[in-house]
Amino acid sequence: MSGLQTDARQSTGPLLEITDLKTHFATERGLVRAVDGVTFTLERGKALGVVGESGSGKTVLSRTIMGLLTARGVELSGSVRFAGQEILGLKAKEMRHIWGREMAMIFQDPMSSLNPLMKIGRQIVEPLQIHLDMPSDDAKATAVRLMKDVRIPEAERRLEQYPHELSGGMRQRIMIAIALACGPTMLFADEPTTALDVTVQAQILDLIGEQRRDRNMSVILVTHDLGVVAGHTDEIAVMYGGRLVEKAPTKTLFANMKMPYTKSLLRSIPKLDEPSHTRLATIPGRPPDLVNPPKGCRFAPRCAYARDRCHEEEPVLEVAEHPEHVYRCFYPVGSAEFEERDEQVKAELAREAAAVRAAADQAAADSAHGDVPLAAQLMHGKDI
Amino acid sequence: MAGTGKAHLRDGDAVLRVEDLVMEFPVGRTGLKVNAVSGISLDVLRGETLGLVGESGCGKSTTGRSVMQLPRPTSGSVVFEGQELTALQGGAMREARTRMQMIFQDPISSLNPRRKVRDIVMEPLNIWKRGSSAERAKVVDAVLEDVGIDPQRAAESQPHQFSGGQCQRISIARSLVLDPTLIICDEPVSALDVSVQAQVINLLEELKARYGLTLVFIAHDLAVVKNVSDRVAVMYLGKICEVASSDDLYARPSHPYTKVLIDSIPVPDPMAELHHSDIVGEPPSPVLPPPGCRFNTRCPNADDLCRTDEPQLRDLGGGHFVACHHPLETPVSLTGTVSSN
Repeated sequence: MSGLQTDARQSTGPLLEITDLKTHFATERGLVRAVDGVTFTLERGKALGVVGESGSGKTVLSRTIMGLLTARGVELSGSVRFAGQEILGLKAKEMRHIWGREMAMIFQDPMSSLNPLMKIGRQIVEPLQIHLDMPSDDAKATAVRLMKDVRIPEAERRLEQYPHELSGGMRQRIMIAIALACGPTMLFADEPTTALDVTVQAQILDLIGEQRRDRNMSVILVTHDLGVVAGHTDEIAVMYGGRLVEKAPTKTLFANMKMPYTKSLLRSIPKLDEPSHTRLATIPGRPPDLVNPPKGCRFAPRCAYARDRCHEEEPVLEVAEHPEHVYRCFYPVGSAEFEERDEQVKAELAREAAAVRAAADQAAADSAHGDVPLAAQLMHGKDI
Repeated sequence: MAGTGKAHLRDGDAVLRVEDLVMEFPVGRTGLKVNAVSGISLDVLRGETLGLVGESGCGKSTTGRSVMQLPRPTSGSVVFEGQELTALQGGAMREARTRMQMIFQDPISSLNPRRKVRDIVMEPLNIWKRGSSAERAKVVDAVLEDVGIDPQRAAESQPHQFSGGQCQRISIARSLVLDPTLIICDEPVSALDVSVQAQVINLLEELKARYGLTLVFIAHDLAVVKNVSDRVAVMYLGKICEVASSDDLYARPSHPYTKVLIDSIPVPDPMAELHHSDIVGEPPSPVLPPPGCRFNTRCPNADDLCRTDEPQLRDLGGGHFVACHHPLETPVSLTGTVSSN
């Protein structure tokens, strides 16, 4: 055994302390700055939601913390302290004492994360035997209990089944049972419900929350869906272009969003309480290239509220009214500059909506006059 | 007799009218069959967007595909612009398909990776030999501009050089060049990030207005479906549960399943009450669907009647139809919380 002391249950202080964490990938095109200087702490028993678009670095962040990115070409720097111990850069051999017993992960696709050739029972029993040296009878009994914990009906019978015999939701429950098997203090859930139906999603999120409370486990829930994190986390960290751009307790964040990016992300989601055909606010363009991130604020090129300063100088994390609320913006939501632009943004959205309605009326009138789009003219043999 | 009824079909200028559509797939040589779609009826009026929602395996995509006759349905009738498609053969069928197009979920794999994007969009025109080559080029460039893709870049680039959202725009452009009447969109935004999803939804709304399109919008995300649809049909295990105008369905869900679906949507508001719905588990297998109402195995209100008799769609007034023996009468607020009566 190595001399590593990582019994997280014994230590005091925050469970996880991340300081200036950087994960860079050396590629042919240059250095990809997937995670670029992220700092935060997570207390025991709390759930943190990490939100961002594809390419924001949210998945790389969780995999770095978990110690899964150790291949050549991966450049790590900064610090990851887990229960007071530095774990960044540990080798797989050393991480093995942490994986399973202290940290576990649930992935997005339960089909490809389970071994298709191994019975469900074996897959749950295996970590118990490897990490906890449990005798096989005990391990089997524990597996059945775990399956009951994650509400798998007929647990004893399922032990003998293969993954393909189960539905997507059941497979995800098995994944959760495996992750929980050795009683981790920290659970990473990377888009755990993206592949599932909405009714099953609700059940799985409830299950993760219930297990977190029962086991006083910390959870990092990585997702692109602000709806998922709103109801199932204590805190939210918003990532953009490899940076943490806003972090706050969940209720504070939704009540008092500071970062225009977070606000724009929320506005782009269709809402159930809006009438149908409500025009959606959008964020133009796409996330930045992490080989050559833009100078200044990384969101500035897509931000409707950006001014000259935003393109020149990168804002640092400011503390908002709530001491645990930080954001990275010169002209946050609520500032005079933001509100001035927001008037224009809303007016523009209203103009676009009116234009769509006008186009519909025009198309109806045109088709009566035979003045139709080019594609239609070609179809009807007109000269264009 | 199976069949959830046709009470909801309307008179009027229906671009598409589907009656008693059945789609079954054999399970190997077992003699069993997957009852993917079991006798549904639908109509879509000109200029309307019909949303089809339900969980995976409810038959929503199969419905979309069997409208296109890909593959042909086991039985039932599909009338498109007055023409019975199930009887069409060969050239006549191919000609009909130019007027109905499809957009798929994964925009990248639905484009040929080896070809230039502009050629992909032009191909339908070449196949049908529409116009001169100069005219084709003009149409393709105009349509590419309309979907927000630079025609110059499209001429030089392959699909992998575009992002997922842009590939979906390209798929949309390809579907538009033949000037279709109807576009069937099968989960067109589920693979996209929320910010890009909003761009594509707005684009579809714009194009629908400009090109005078009729849309069938298939998705599992109820909030997206509400935004784009005029009318929504909720499907469960190959049957229709409820049909209503989009705003009405979400304000007054009458089928217990519709309510569960709406309640399960994660609301981006931490103050919203979380629902711990009574239904658990997942839909039963479509190989052996339960008798009676197909939802009875998961329904909190199911009784003996539900286990033996299949409910027919019936009119609740105002274009709202439900197939349930015990429809919900409790008014339901928009965030999904049940108000006490």
